[in-house]
Amino acid sequence: MTDVVASRRRRRRGVNPLEYLKRPWMWLTLLACFLFLYFPLVTLVAFSFNSYKRGFIWKGFSLKWYEKALNNQSLHEAFFNSMHVAAVSTVVSTALGAMLGLALYRYWFPWKGTYEGIAHLPIVIPEICMAVAMVTFFWAIGIELSLSTVIVSHIAFTIPFVAVVVRARMAGFDKSLEEASRDLGASEWQTFWYVTFPYMIPGLVAGALMAFVLSLDDFVITFFTAGVGDNTFPVKIYSMLRFSVTPEVNAASTILIAITLSLTLVAMIMQSRWTKGHKE
Amino acid sequence: MTDAKPIISIRNVTKRFGSVVAVDNVSIDIRPGEFFALLGPSGCGKTTLLRMLAGFETTSEGEIEIDGQPMFGVSPNKRPVNMVFQSYAVFPHMTVFDNVAYGLKVTGVPKNEITGQVNEALSLVHLEDYGRRKPDQLSGGQRQRVALARALVKKPKVLLLDEPLSALDAKLREAMRLELVRLQHSVGITFIIVTHDQDEALSMADRAAVMDRGVVRQIAPPGELYEHPNGRFVADFIGKVNMLEAKVAGQSGGELVVEVNGMGRIVVPHDGAAAGDIGIAVRPEKTILSADKPGGDVVALKGKVCDVAYYGNESHILLDTDTGVQFTSTVQNDARRVESSVVIGDNLWISWAPGNTLVLAE
Amino acid sequence: MEDWRKNKRVFAVFMGPATFWLLVFFTIPVIVIWVYSFGERGPLGQTYLAFSFDNYLRAIEPIHLKILWKSIWIGGLSTFLCLIIGFPVALGIAFAPDRWKNPLLLVVVLPFFTNMLIRTFAWIVVLGARGIVNTGLGWMHGQLDWLFTLAGQPDLLGRFTPLGLLYNNYTVIVGLVYVHLPFLILPLYATLEKLDRSYLEASLDLGAGQWRTFFSVLAPLAMPGIVTGCMLVFILSMGNFLIPDRLGGTDSLMIGNLIAQEFIKARDWPFGAALSFVVMYPVFIFFAANAFRARYLERARAET
Repeated sequence: MTDVVASRRRRRRGVNPLEYLKRPWMWLTLLACFLFLYFPLVTLVAFSFNSYKRGFIWKGFSLKWYEKALNNQSLHEAFFNSMHVAAVSTVVSTALGAMLGLALYRYWFPWKGTYEGIAHLPIVIPEICMAVAMVTFFWAIGIELSLSTVIVSHIAFTIPFVAVVVRARMAGFDKSLEEASRDLGASEWQTFWYVTFPYMIPGLVAGALMAFVLSLDDFVITFFTAGVGDNTFPVKIYSMLRFSVTPEVNAASTILIAITLSLTLVAMIMQSRWTKGHKE
Repeated sequence: MTDAKPIISIRNVTKRFGSVVAVDNVSIDIRPGEFFALLGPSGCGKTTLLRMLAGFETTSEGEIEIDGQPMFGVSPNKRPVNMVFQSYAVFPHMTVFDNVAYGLKVTGVPKNEITGQVNEALSLVHLEDYGRRKPDQLSGGQRQRVALARALVKKPKVLLLDEPLSALDAKLREAMRLELVRLQHSVGITFIIVTHDQDEALSMADRAAVMDRGVVRQIAPPGELYEHPNGRFVADFIGKVNMLEAKVAGQSGGELVVEVNGMGRIVVPHDGAAAGDIGIAVRPEKTILSADKPGGDVVALKGKVCDVAYYGNESHILLDTDTGVQFTSTVQNDARRVESSVVIGDNLWISWAPGNTLVLAE
Repeated sequence: MEDWRKNKRVFAVFMGPATFWLLVFFTIPVIVIWVYSFGERGPLGQTYLAFSFDNYLRAIEPIHLKILWKSIWIGGLSTFLCLIIGFPVALGIAFAPDRWKNPLLLVVVLPFFTNMLIRTFAWIVVLGARGIVNTGLGWMHGQLDWLFTLAGQPDLLGRFTPLGLLYNNYTVIVGLVYVHLPFLILPLYATLEKLDRSYLEASLDLGAGQWRTFFSVLAPLAMPGIVTGCMLVFILSMGNFLIPDRLGGTDSLMIGNLIAQEFIKARDWPFGAALSFVVMYPVFIFFAANAFRARYLERARAET
């Protein structure tokens, strides 16, 4: 009896009223959520190593689907198309988006709220709406669909993301640093280059990464704005899914997951190093 | 009074955060109706102790009793104490009236009683006409009054105040001190205030506990803390002090013979026990400066003026004494003069009556 | 913040390029389909400019209204489920010890960085007729069958038929929740992280229990994050094209699929344009209302 009371007391000792993470129900919720988020992906990856073709019965480890995927000429082409589109659109949208983010952080101008509302619309409207708008526009002005139209559309929908990330980074910037720099005799340009820009870099990296991943992953807008035969990786996977679901699709998907995840992780580690270095 | 049952009894309470000991084996009894201060530098554990009273932090060891009831495992909403937060925490999405009514509403006080009690509480803090305002339409001082009214309307056994004046500007702070004391007298509730400001504690509290790195150094009324500090930390933390290291050489009949570093033997009156290495100290305002060696039964030191700091009502004269320790003497500027009579480089004697010497055992 | 007139040239250099791009390759296209939405379809699928509301009237014909209604309730239900799942998760992470926050957040957002198509496909792997769930059930069925055979009842269970877990409205909802969960967790986390703990402590201190504190203090103060997150998830779920297309059944057609159909198969662009504006008008209205509200609050604050 006293043991029970004592053990209950011991348990109570550790938990403050707002330490939700120390409560079992919270742990269970988090665990269930993570399971929900990861179970399908892990299954998908696991079965890319399955030697059995039909269905998801484990018949032993094999890399043959990777071999098949890597030797698939049209997958190759789609992969390089994707990389091409993502690289070009990232460079352009990072440059434009960063400048926009900086200007929105720094300047006040009439109708700013409205401007921001419109500039952020690509983030909030459903992709399908933007996709049909783009394809109609290209058709209306007589531009033939190709990878270039894909790139143009990708730039348009990634600019706001970059701007938001850069602006969020700049929100923590101490303006008196710029004033100090000016006070010490630096020109406006020198101040930007030596003081403001270095502070901006983590935001730039994060924005660029976001643009790259968004572009690499996009399906709906690409599907609509690409010309006939201009497959990107996701579009290719989509068409593979329509015809036959073999573990080759799993293998191709796993490759794409690996690329985006490693890119994300590298950028995050870089960023945390960077901010740490700044703090010390 | 002293034998009354304590309203709060803290017994051997320890709080650890990982390997850090924030509160180390603290025991305090607080009497009903007392204005009690927890005083100490930041990081001394005073806020943690207050939060343990409110129930926001659990105790790692020890017991807390409020009004005779053990508080172990009792959640904050079930405790007969209420708190005024440092940031006030006035709910921004509710009007002033709703803020004050909140604590009554959630504990099921009938609606028809709420209005009266809330209005009474608001008039107690002079905010009768502000009931319909939102917190963002109030000044810092008014928000604090709302926080006070919100806590007092619950008629708690004890009111906890966490650095209540730190966010106010200097003038308002002074006025609020008097206001808080008045309020405490009129409601008759025990107040426990956490502060790092010694003036605040000395001017408001009936008693104060001085804390240092999780440990309570001394619990006493303000006058005693100032005039009879029990150790170097308390003497140094409360008020200014000139301190010398010394060794006890002998004790007889209320007198202590001490060997002071760089000064020789002196005899000071002292009742308690003392042995080994001690500190002796004197408050700056209890010293006298003179050009010649003072006669009579005084403790005297020779020194050279190294700085004169002018504060308007008084001046602080700094001397490099023969002991190697810098001494400060406070001189009242009781006549108008622009030039100080003391200038840097003067050789002066600093002296004080032996009875003004503080013997610091700890 | 500086006034733009202070340094017009620098302002123009920074704002110009992105503004130009968004104007030409986003705003104008949107205006073009807006104009189209009042147009007429020619017999060969070409579009004539006109000024008629026929397309909008068609959009609210019962057959289309049904699809719109379905999109709204599937989107709404997905949003609600996201909120139910996302709130405790965001709360847990926001109130976690500092060193735990970033790792936990990373775990939540990492799937967000994998392709939506792949995440959709992953559910086919899990729920398909030959997916892992059915495979697992089949195995259990086999074991039970074997036990019953041992017990002398060989035909009690019969043949195992895979459950039809895919291609229905429920799968669509599961997919939508799966894909959009981070969109709700992140803004909620951002709001809860910034929230001053002492509001919650004050509520507890004044005698409210955890639930009361949740509904009277935490939820109202987190409302901006809740509204932003829910709105985002609702819009994106309702207008989603990929998930109903891949995970849904024949009756799971949603507004996004209808738009795509009009553009790809039926080649009725004016009608497709009108449909996409049926989705976009509420978005515009919501954001305009939000902007007005922000401006009003700012002004109200400035006045006091």
